[in-house]
Amino acid sequence: MLLDVQNLTITFDTKYGPLTAVRDLSFSLKMGETLGVVGESGCGKSITNLAIMGLLPTQAKISATRLAFEGNDLVSMSERQWQRLRGKDIAMIFQDPMSALNPCYTVGHQLVETLLVHRDFSKKEAWSESLNLMEQVGIPAPSERLKAYPHELSGGMAQRVMIAMAISSNPKLLIADEPTTALDVTIQDQILRLLKDLQEKRQMSLMLVTHDLGVVAQNTDRIQVMYAGEVVESGLTQEVIHHPTHPYTSGLLAGHPTAEVSTKGKARLPSIPGMVPDLRHRPQGCQFHPRCSYAQDKCRREMPSDAGPTRCFYPLSNGRPA
Amino acid sequence: MLKAVLKKILNLIPTLLGVSVLAFLLIRLVPGDPIMLLLGERGADPQMYAEMKRTMGLDRSLLHQYFTFLSNVLRGDFGYSIVSKRPVLTEFLDRFPATLELGIMAMTFAITLGIPFGIIAAVKRNTIFDYSLMGAGLVGYSMPIFWWGLMLIIVFSVKLGWTPVSGRIDVLYEIERHTGLLLIDSWMSPDGGFAAFKSALSHLILPALAMGTIPLAVVARMTRSSMLEVLGEDYIRTARAKGLPYVRVVIVHALRNAMVPIITILGLLFGSIITGAILTEMIFSWPGIGKWIVFSINARDYPVIQGGVVMIASLVILTNTIVDVLYLWANPRMRQ
Ligand SMILES: Nc1ncnc2c1ncn2[C@@H]1O[C@H](COP(=O)(O)OP(=O)(O)OP(=O)(O)O)[C@@H](O)[C@H]1O
Ligand SMILES: [Mg+2]
Repeated sequence: MLLDVQNLTITFDTKYGPLTAVRDLSFSLKMGETLGVVGESGCGKSITNLAIMGLLPTQAKISATRLAFEGNDLVSMSERQWQRLRGKDIAMIFQDPMSALNPCYTVGHQLVETLLVHRDFSKKEAWSESLNLMEQVGIPAPSERLKAYPHELSGGMAQRVMIAMAISSNPKLLIADEPTTALDVTIQDQILRLLKDLQEKRQMSLMLVTHDLGVVAQNTDRIQVMYAGEVVESGLTQEVIHHPTHPYTSGLLAGHPTAEVSTKGKARLPSIPGMVPDLRHRPQGCQFHPRCSYAQDKCRREMPSDAGPTRCFYPLSNGRPA
Repeated sequence: MLKAVLKKILNLIPTLLGVSVLAFLLIRLVPGDPIMLLLGERGADPQMYAEMKRTMGLDRSLLHQYFTFLSNVLRGDFGYSIVSKRPVLTEFLDRFPATLELGIMAMTFAITLGIPFGIIAAVKRNTIFDYSLMGAGLVGYSMPIFWWGLMLIIVFSVKLGWTPVSGRIDVLYEIERHTGLLLIDSWMSPDGGFAAFKSALSHLILPALAMGTIPLAVVARMTRSSMLEVLGEDYIRTARAKGLPYVRVVIVHALRNAMVPIITILGLLFGSIITGAILTEMIFSWPGIGKWIVFSINARDYPVIQGGVVMIASLVILTNTIVDVLYLWANPRMRQ
């Protein structure tokens, strides 16, 4: 198991009391596997990623029965050990590539710097490796681009640079947190294809966080649907997309005939009536019940467990309650 | 980059012309008559008065006087002091190094302490470090220079006897002038050396402290807020996600970006050095430009004031231009 997360809970101390952003989250990831993570805004996707990178803000408290990468416990790791892991074994790319690159330094400087921390390179070797990486991520005229400042790049180019930086130390896991949300639609497909390509070539694991179900359908082996900081449904992507069993998943997919979802990458999350609950005042029972049209009394009283593939007392079959 | 710099230099011309007009007019707007001050009793004699007025060129029209002044200045001739009869330029160059030395020391003090203090306060925000540094900063900022200077003198010179009260160096030392900066010249003179250097330094410390305190507070405050803003940026998260050590993230990635607004503030502070110098030099009897200008204003020494103000303003504008160029260096997005 490359990444193993069991009962991860992340709580923020806020002015208005504790906020449990992620609750009892369990999932795991094998070497070379791609996992799609979907869910509405605010359901804890980015926070989970930051926890895996050890980059949570200081006001966040974290607990887990197990949070391990390659069998090594992450919770007890020192800052030193984190630094050896970050950017080396686990790399990350973000939503807005233009703001993710430092405006004061050239692309080359930022790439070389990354190579110099984790790999035993001289400056010169790092520079030629940078060129090599720039070619691998499909950047034309790479030696000129290395001398460019981030503001001289387009969004797509900047994201390619971020990807080059992320793969520079041959990470085992790449976390892509909404890597295409800020980009033009035409560029989105190219970037996703590049990610998928690199993942296959390098046999790394990929965690792809997105709002876009089409993207997940096309690019991932497994899917994990999150709601209010919990996993509500998980399984093989094709299985879940075609036969959702949780009413939330079904709601997300509603109005998007699955065939279309899997061919075109433009199916945004449709809106389900109602709102994600205030995480400081969570509802009793199933977190989704206030918005669920199939909710029963039991749903309002008790929490369904996440032992099975779906966190629901009354899973759907063929889009209907059984 | 080069083009942007050239443009900045061209922009200096109208600014400098404006300064020359202001310098010329301002002193003439101040009540008081240089001829009367110069002649004293004898000024009562209308013939003497008229003759003096003619030799000084004050009988011509204002416009004529201004253009004479301007064309002389352009040829490097700033006229002669009415009081000392020496060339204004010479007088200026005599005193300028003293102010320069004081200003450099004060700003070095402000920058070398202010930036680290600001960084610490930002990185340790809302901790006891942050609160005490920023509290001290507020006190420092609110302190009037003359009061603060006097307090320093009372404590360190009078009570503790650690530092001299006034002047630039002990009268014992006869320092040959090379750069005009005593910290350097003290080493180069035959009877100089470490003792002379120490004397110069001990004379310099208090005035530099008095003059640098407000800039120190401003720099620390600006650094803190600028760093806080930058530390929340996406590229800081990227830098940490790359596995860089935190110190490197703070210094290389955050500080470099935070420098952009800090440099702007430094430019403004350099401009206000002269104000600080005037007060400081008066308190510590520091033989620099500030004291000279105050003295000349009291004497209505027109040529000195005109020339001095033009030279001072040119220097301030020049440092501001240097700061602008630094700003371009710090901010690649501005370089087009
Ligand atoms: N610094 C913080 N202090 C308090 N609460 C926070 C903080 N950061 C995040 N949260 C809470 O954690 C929850 C999850 O946030 P997160 O950024 O992980 O959402 P997300 O699923 O990535 O959403 P999006 O799709 O918009 O990126 C949010 O509801 C937010 O209220
Ligand atoms: Mg997010």
